Formats: sequence, structure tokens, C-alpha cells
Amino acid sequence: MRPSPDTIGVAAILITVIAAYALFGGADFGGGIWDLLAGSAERGKAPRELIDEAITPVWEANHVWLVFILVLMWTAFPPAFAAIMTALFVPLSLSLLGIVLRGVGFAFRHTAERLRMQQLTGALFAAASLITPFFMGTAVGAVATGQVPVHPVGNVLAAWTSPTAILTGFLFVAACAYVSAVFLVPEARQRGHRDLTRYFALRATAAGVLTGALAGGTFAELSVSSPHVFARLTGVALPLVAISIAAGIAVLGMLWMRWYHALGLRVTAAIAVAAVVWGWGLAQYPYLFPTSLSLAAGSAPKASLVGEFVVAGLAVLLVAPGFALLYFLQQRRMLTAAETDAGLRLAAQIEQAPRGQPALAQAPIGARIATALVLALLAIRAIRNVFSPRDR
Amino acid sequence: MGTVAHVLAVNPVPARSQMGSSLGFHIILACFGIAFAAVTMTAEWIGIRRGDAAALLLARRWSKVMAVLVAVGAVSGTVLSYEMGLLWPGLMGRFGAAIGLPFSFEGIFFFLEAIFVGVYLYGWERLSPWAHWWSGMPIVVAGVLGALSVVAANSWMNSPAGYTLSHGKITRIDPVSVFFNASTPYETTHMVLAAYMVTGFLVAGVYAVGLLRGRRDRYHRLGFAIPFTIAGIAAPLQVLMGDIIARFIEHNQPVKFAAMEYVPRTTRDAPEWIGGIFINGHVYFGAAVPAFDSILVGFSPHTRVIGWDSVPPAQRPPLDTLIHLSFDLMVGIGFFLLALAAWQGWWWWFHRRLLVTPWFLVPCALSGVAAVAAMEAGWIVTEVGRQPWIVYRVLLVSNAVTPASGVPVTLGVILALYAVLTVVSIGVPMFMSRRWRQGAPAEEEAEQVPYGPAQAHAGASPGRPPATPRSPDGGPQTR
Repeated sequence: MRPSPDTIGVAAILITVIAAYALFGGADFGGGIWDLLAGSAERGKAPRELIDEAITPVWEANHVWLVFILVLMWTAFPPAFAAIMTALFVPLSLSLLGIVLRGVGFAFRHTAERLRMQQLTGALFAAASLITPFFMGTAVGAVATGQVPVHPVGNVLAAWTSPTAILTGFLFVAACAYVSAVFLVPEARQRGHRDLTRYFALRATAAGVLTGALAGGTFAELSVSSPHVFARLTGVALPLVAISIAAGIAVLGMLWMRWYHALGLRVTAAIAVAAVVWGWGLAQYPYLFPTSLSLAAGSAPKASLVGEFVVAGLAVLLVAPGFALLYFLQQRRMLTAAETDAGLRLAAQIEQAPRGQPALAQAPIGARIATALVLALLAIRAIRNVFSPRDR
Repeated sequence: MGTVAHVLAVNPVPARSQMGSSLGFHIILACFGIAFAAVTMTAEWIGIRRGDAAALLLARRWSKVMAVLVAVGAVSGTVLSYEMGLLWPGLMGRFGAAIGLPFSFEGIFFFLEAIFVGVYLYGWERLSPWAHWWSGMPIVVAGVLGALSVVAANSWMNSPAGYTLSHGKITRIDPVSVFFNASTPYETTHMVLAAYMVTGFLVAGVYAVGLLRGRRDRYHRLGFAIPFTIAGIAAPLQVLMGDIIARFIEHNQPVKFAAMEYVPRTTRDAPEWIGGIFINGHVYFGAAVPAFDSILVGFSPHTRVIGWDSVPPAQRPPLDTLIHLSFDLMVGIGFFLLALAAWQGWWWWFHRRLLVTPWFLVPCALSGVAAVAAMEAGWIVTEVGRQPWIVYRVLLVSNAVTPASGVPVTLGVILALYAVLTVVSIGVPMFMSRRWRQGAPAEEEAEQVPYGPAQAHAGASPGRPPATPRSPDGGPQTR
């Protein structure tokens, strides 16, 4: 049975959101990984500061992408969501643990005063950045290999501990590190840190090579563990795989040539990631779980899918302009940390001393009348409510 | 050992406890997400309109606290979305197509909220005053609409509607009926008002402590008066709404109502129990007002009130005593807060002054904690009162819970993590306020909040630290 156009549309939205999360969330996690690998407190001070500056504005948005993935899954593909959450209870709980620890570490490290406390929260943040993508990777590996039963009766340990799943976990970690390092190169350059630009270019190259190797390994594994996905990856989805490989090599080339063009680097790396996510999505078609649960069988009724289109439309209508505004204001340097409250403090104190009148002393007469009217209306309604005839 | 593990794995109690504790934690932060922006913007409005520096300073500091709380709320909210699937795959697998819709809309409002909190927090310096004020408006609107979406999902579990089942599978959905089910108008209003009360009384409570400690300057008076007024307006509306909702529950979920009011058997002249523990058909230590429950339900002592004997024992909610006492606690605190608001209102009406006697301020200082307790009690009534159903009269909790083992472990981890998160969300604002009182601006600017663009580092702010705004014996006292 062919899936309906609505189902395909929502699946496309889901894959797009996953690609966005892989990209932005991945860069975010990768920042944590490089933070972890930056060495001692003294040696790693400069890269850590850069990572922190780059991540601070965006870390919130990543939760939102993830939340969107979850709600899209459970609204549009409820049986698949339920099966994944049951069978992969352990890796998903662990990835959630990582998300919470990251949040705690992140919120706290900025307010922690002493170095020891900063190191502890920093370590928490960095370690969490490692576990979350790894276990998410194993979960994706389990789905891609069709190891998630449609009606699981408990956790399925074997699903996410297969060689393919474990390799996918490592692949996710490497890909996060790669994307993040590529993004950090222009960040460092724009801030005029020449040594840091080299530092991250070197790491981006290393992570890129590692990601490529792991991707090759996973690909080879898939030929055995998931023939359907492998066949489509080498068939219909081959152009996307080729684009991803080409973009990945192009990024390495740019880094090799020391052509640190901000937009060029970022867009090419983004294409490499997005193409591979789309390739995976296309390779799974027409299945949610390759060969055991089809899109058509696992999708929600039409109205729910249409509802998700409305949500996506609203997101484009409302959230995109919001983001544009945020970005515009930030680029125009309209958004700054409050420079100082000293002036306000002085003013507040001067004003407070001579005036004996307490706060809000002169409510205008109009406000008083309005309040009285509202209260009277409410009282009348309440009384009428009590005495209105009942059929009881 | 094996059997214990088996019981724990199959029994929904650990899953329920985990969901309950995560939600009970998140709901407090959610209140700030819904209502704190309105409180802050009121202060800013007064500040701009009257050129009041104290009000502006309050608004600025509150916006920083808001950023921390919204960030922690984002994390605990993510946990909840995971848990919907991790703990209740039986619910999401069957009814995700219906209940998922309101959650999807919530995602948009959450997104908007996060964006504009960033603009609001970092726009203080460069945006014009009114442009900055307006940049906070989307937070207020998105907060209320987001609450509406999430609570609509919970309402749906109480009054499922808008779907067609065939062979245990949903075949058709009517999104409008899902959203605006019978419980939606009641539950959402109740929750939004509760959010305004919790936020208002908690913030006012902080400044009530300041006033009690003798910091009676304009800054502290305003810091108390603004949130207290907002919460004080919400309090009478909430009591009124609560009365209406109780009657709706009696009509819509009579068994829940029976547990709330100790009505074991369907009867006329049902007494209203105040307090009391229900054991083996008897209420101990409680005071009964004869026939008053019937009067509350139908305005006549002869109104028939449905008891929980109307359904077989397996379909009755457990823990009647917990449900009843939580309900009484919520109602009691509601009236206590109403009395506080009325007291201040009375004083204001006749004296045009802020009441700052310790007799009034001490209960005010506790009002925030009381409001939180009332809200948590209210959630216990709704959620435990719906048991054993997860979707009322459609799906049992025991059929929705995950068959995966390991929930007791995640429950333990979640409890430990939330203890840490609680420390963060109370500790960070306290830490900030200590710095503010020490009055060293250089330090204040060094403070980073987890939002917005990268900041210039401290030390950039010129000028010496001014004298602390706090004067030892305070400003002139009103009474």
C-alpha cells in the first residue's frame, strides 16, 4: 500500500526537522566535545571561551528542534513512536540524562564562582555532550536496521547493541565534533583569533576524516544488517549520498587550502549533513521500520497530519520572522548585555528618599472607577449564577 | 528478588511517580514561563510611564531571573516530552494522533517564547523604551497560548473527544473537538490564573521578606506591590472559577468528585467534609457540615450527589484521603490568599497606602509557598482523581504504562537530578539577589544568564560602584 501524500509530506517535514537538529544540535554537542578535549584548565582556556561564546546564543533552540521531533513522531506516527520508546528505553533514557546534565551544567557554570565548581559543571556539560549523541545514534541505528519490533513487550537490548547501531553511535559523535569544529573556524576568525582558527581547522580536518571512515564502516555494515536500506542507499538515494560525500570532501579541501570563507564553509558542511540525513530518510521509504512497519500502516489519521501541516505553516509564519528579528537585532548590535544599572540605582535611591508617599499612591480616578465597575459586574454575575434556576 | 523486580516492572506505580514528580517540578517553572513576563512588563510600564527608576530597576532584574527560570523550564519540559513516550507508550501509540496535536502547537509557542525572552533580556540598552516593552508582549501571549495548548492535552485525558475508534485504532480525528473538549475552558482558565497567582505571590513574598527586614524603600515597596496586585486580582477570580469547576467535575467526572468530597454512596443531603481521614467507610478527625455538599452542588439540600459506589471498585480512584485532603488544602489556601488580597485591597481603598505591618507581611511572605502548595494539591486532585484511567473511561493507566524494565532506576535518577535542578532554580536567583544587595555593578554585569548573544566581559563598565540603595533604617514608614 502506497502511503498517502499527507503521510509523505509529514515524513518530509520530520526528516527536515531531524536534519536541522542534526546540524544545529550537532554543532552544539560538538562544542561540548571539543570543550572536553581541550585539555587542562589553563591550556584549554581560549578554545573553551570561544566555544562558550558561540554556543550561548543558540543552545536553547536545540531543545525546541528535539521537542518538535518528538511531537511530530507521536502525532503523525504514533505506533512507531510507542515502539521506539519501549524497545529503546535504555539508550533514549541515557540520551535524556545527557540532555538534563547538559542543561544543569550550562545554566550553572555561568554562575559558579569558584574555579573548582566551574570545572565540575564544565565537565558535566562536556560529558553530557558525548553521551547524548552517542545514544541517539544507537537508537537511529536500531531503527535503520529494522531491529525495533512493531509490538515490543519490553526493552530490546539487542536492537541498539548491534555492530551497526554502535557504529552509528560513534558516527554521530564524530559528525557532531566535525560540524562543530567547521562552524567554529569562522567564529574564531571573525573574532580575530588566528591561532584558534588553525586550532579548529586542524580538528575539523581530523574529525572529518574520522567521520568519513565511520560512515564508510556503517555503510558496509548496513549491507549485511539492513539490505533494504543498503539497496536504496546505493539506488534511489545514491545522488544524495554522493552530494554528501562531495560536500564533505569540499570542506576538507577548503580547510586544506586555508580558504576560511564563513558562509562557504558553513553551507558546505550543512549540505554534507543534511544530504546524509535525507539520504537515510529516502532509503527507509516506504517504511518507518524497514520492512516491518510501513509508513502507510504507521501513520495517524488524515486530520492529525493536516494538523501537523498547520503547525509547520504557523512555525514558518510566526517563528521564522521571530528568528529573523532576533538575528537582525543581533547583527545591528541592538542586543547587548545591560551595560550597567548604576544610573538606575542612583536614580531609584534619590527618588525614594524625599518622597514620603508609598508606591502607586495616586491611582487615577478612571482606574478606580473601572476597577469598581469590573468588581461590581463580577459580583452581579456571581450572585446571578447562584440563584439561576437549575434542572437538578 | 526476581519477583520484586517483576512487580516493579509491571506495576505502573514507579512510572506514575516519575511522571508525577517531573510534572510537579515543571509546573512551578511553567508558571513563571506563563506569568512572569506580565509581572515584569507591568513594572517596566510603570517605570517608563512615570519615569520611575526603581520600577525600571526591578523590571531589569526580574528579566534576568526570568531567563534562568525559562532555561531550566526548557530542560524539564524536554524531559516531560520524552517521558510521554518512555513511560506511556500505550497512551501515545493509541492516542498520539489526538493528544499530540495540542502539544505540537505548544511547540510553536515555546519557540516564540524562547526567541523573545532573548530579545527582551538583551534589548534593554539599545532598544527604545517602548520598543523594548513591546518586545516582551509576545512572551506574555505565547505563555498563555502555550499553557492553553498543554492544558488542553490534559483536559482531553479527562474529557476525551473528537476521535473515532475502530478495532482499537483511531481512524478519524476532529482536531477542533480535541482542542476544545468539555474540560478545556475550565482547566485552562484555572491553570493560567494559578500561574499568575503562584508567580505573583512568590515574587511578592520575596519583597515582603525584604520589607520585614526593614528595607522599606520605594524599590522594595514596588517590588512587593506590583506582583501582589496582579496575584491579588487573580485570587478572587480563581476562587470563583474553582467553585464553577467543582460543579463541572461533579457533572463530568462524578467519581472524582465523590473522592474529593468523601461521598461513598449516592445520596441526597450529602455532608461537606472538612478535613478527615477515610478508613473503612468512616471519616475520622473530620468536621461535617450537614447537607452542605448537596447545597454546593445544586443549591438545595435535596440535590442528589453521586457516590463512588456508582462504579465497580476497580474503577474507583485510589487514595481517597489524599485526594480529599489535597482538595481541602487547595480550597483552604485559595481562601487564605483571597483574604490577604482583600485585606490589602480594603486598606488601599480607604487609606490609599500600602499596608506594611508585620501582621500582614508575615503571611504575605509565606503566600508564595502556599500558592505553590495549592497548585500542587490541585494537580494531585486532577491526576490522582482520574485514576485508574489515563484517558477517562477509555484507557486504563495499567494498559498505557511501558512494559520496559528499568523505570524504578530512571525514577531514582530523575529524583536526584530534580533535586539538583531545584537547587539551581532557587539558588541562582538567590545568588543574584545577594550580589545585587552588595551593590557592586561590575559584578552584576559579569553575571551571565544562559540566553542571548555573547556578552562583553565584565570590567567594561566604567564608574565606581555607587552607595547601596539599601538604607539601614529605610525610608519613611507608612505606619
